Amino acid sequence: MIAVQLIEETAHALMSRATIDIPADYLAGIKAMVQREEGELSSFVLRAMLENYEAATEDRRPMCADTGVPRYYVKSGNEARIEGGYVALERALRSATARATKDVPMRPNRVHPLWRTDHDNNVGINAPEIEYSFEPDGEWIDVTTVHKGGLFGTDYRMLFPGDGIDGIKRFFLDSVIAFGKRGLACQPAIIGIGLGGSKDTSMVLGKQAACLRTVGEANPDLRIAELEEELKELGNSVGMGAMGFVGSSMVVDCHIEVGYTHTGGMPMSVHAFCLSSRRATARIHPDGKVEHRTDPRWFTPYMRRDTVEWLPPIEDDRQLA
Amino acid sequence: MTTLPNKEQASGRLREVRLTTPIGHDQLEKLRIGDVAYIDGVIYTAREGVYRRVLEDGMAPPVDFASLTNVNFHCSPAAAVQEDGSLKVSAVTATASFRFSKWMARWFDVSGAKVIVGKGGMSEADYKQLFVPRGAVYLTTVGYGTGALLGRGITRVRDAHWLDELGVAQAMWVLEVEKFGPLLVESDLEGNSLFEENNLQINAGLDKLYEGLKRPSLARYGETDDRGEELI
Repeated sequence: MIAVQLIEETAHALMSRATIDIPADYLAGIKAMVQREEGELSSFVLRAMLENYEAATEDRRPMCADTGVPRYYVKSGNEARIEGGYVALERALRSATARATKDVPMRPNRVHPLWRTDHDNNVGINAPEIEYSFEPDGEWIDVTTVHKGGLFGTDYRMLFPGDGIDGIKRFFLDSVIAFGKRGLACQPAIIGIGLGGSKDTSMVLGKQAACLRTVGEANPDLRIAELEEELKELGNSVGMGAMGFVGSSMVVDCHIEVGYTHTGGMPMSVHAFCLSSRRATARIHPDGKVEHRTDPRWFTPYMRRDTVEWLPPIEDDRQLA
Repeated sequence: MTTLPNKEQASGRLREVRLTTPIGHDQLEKLRIGDVAYIDGVIYTAREGVYRRVLEDGMAPPVDFASLTNVNFHCSPAAAVQEDGSLKVSAVTATASFRFSKWMARWFDVSGAKVIVGKGGMSEADYKQLFVPRGAVYLTTVGYGTGALLGRGITRVRDAHWLDELGVAQAMWVLEVEKFGPLLVESDLEGNSLFEENNLQINAGLDKLYEGLKRPSLARYGETDDRGEELI
């Protein structure tokens, strides 16, 4: 049984870690981009951001004051049991959000869309969002928080099979150029692309691809991995760098996730995470052990399964035994 | 205004300037787009919440701007009211300014602001029509956003007006600052825009990127093939 108090404490710690400490994979990606950047202004911006990450960690203050819309992703092992069940877990995550908003502090961003009611704690109707996924066997739960800016850098379009790769490239370019100008997308960013599924699935997959995969991690489908690499290079050849200044730093990495879709369609979404890519994950075990990390490991072979039955991958030890 | 010699600092070959509030015309006229600027003195935050109350609901501004400062920051801080009632501002990051264009002319007239600090600037047309006649310039934050560095530049939170009425994000925060930056000079007194200057260079190469890529079969209302256009 996983103690609900431990879930709340861990979620509170995750809020703080995500807000303050830039994930190592993203930091390494930006450092590599600075080396290649020849645009004077774009290069200046990137170096200022590197200083900013250091200042945030040194002072234990938020790297960016725009908290975005803080949210959670919970992956639960199939054998996990939570004290008080999922209703208790959701209460704990909401409570941790409210407390961390005051303690870190994080900007209370969340308001009612019409009445602009502000609880000053980032909690409200459907906020924070909590998305779930499951994994065979485990007794643990993984809690991930992501703080992503909420206004720019994302778009959706219904494409059709006949539009092909051309259509994908065009819409990718449209999105990065439109939101890259003046740096509204806060690039260079991890660009996530959702392809297929229903319209809403396409949006969800693209967002998860941007926020829940690390820099350097390729899609296991080699042809999709090739397309990821091609789109990354295309984005970096637009001629636009940080803040929309002349340069080459637009895409730190490009991640594509797919879902089987309507036979007549090819819905696509594009999402830019930001220069302050804030994500933090912890695995909570029933014995009270908590392991913090920055790689959410959200997209597992089980998540990407394409048949009725789940057969663990061949390299799995249990298969070899 | 002091112009510092370039040492081995983040700005590299860019020119670095220090501005002291209230920022006078003599300081503003020396600014060139692309300069790296830092502010010393006092700044305040005001965005749609404050603009609506003052400009649409006709409420008296909570401060006497003339005696305070002429720098308006388009921002919401990561801030909280502490148990003892004191105000804690940890990091500050700007919000996109183009959305406030419709209020700016009257805001300049009411507040006497001469410097807008924000994210992403406004259009060059806005600078020529709204900023230039009032002797105002736009400084953009960097990144975005260097929330921690800007937070370090705040030496004291002097006040937070309309905190109960507008909430933390929309309240008017009055901040004492020292070497508050880095900021980039986005518009000068002539209304030139650093962003639009860069856009022109980038736009020249855009058509080539699209060469050979056929249009999608289903178009959208208002769709353009001119990527030189801006959406703001």
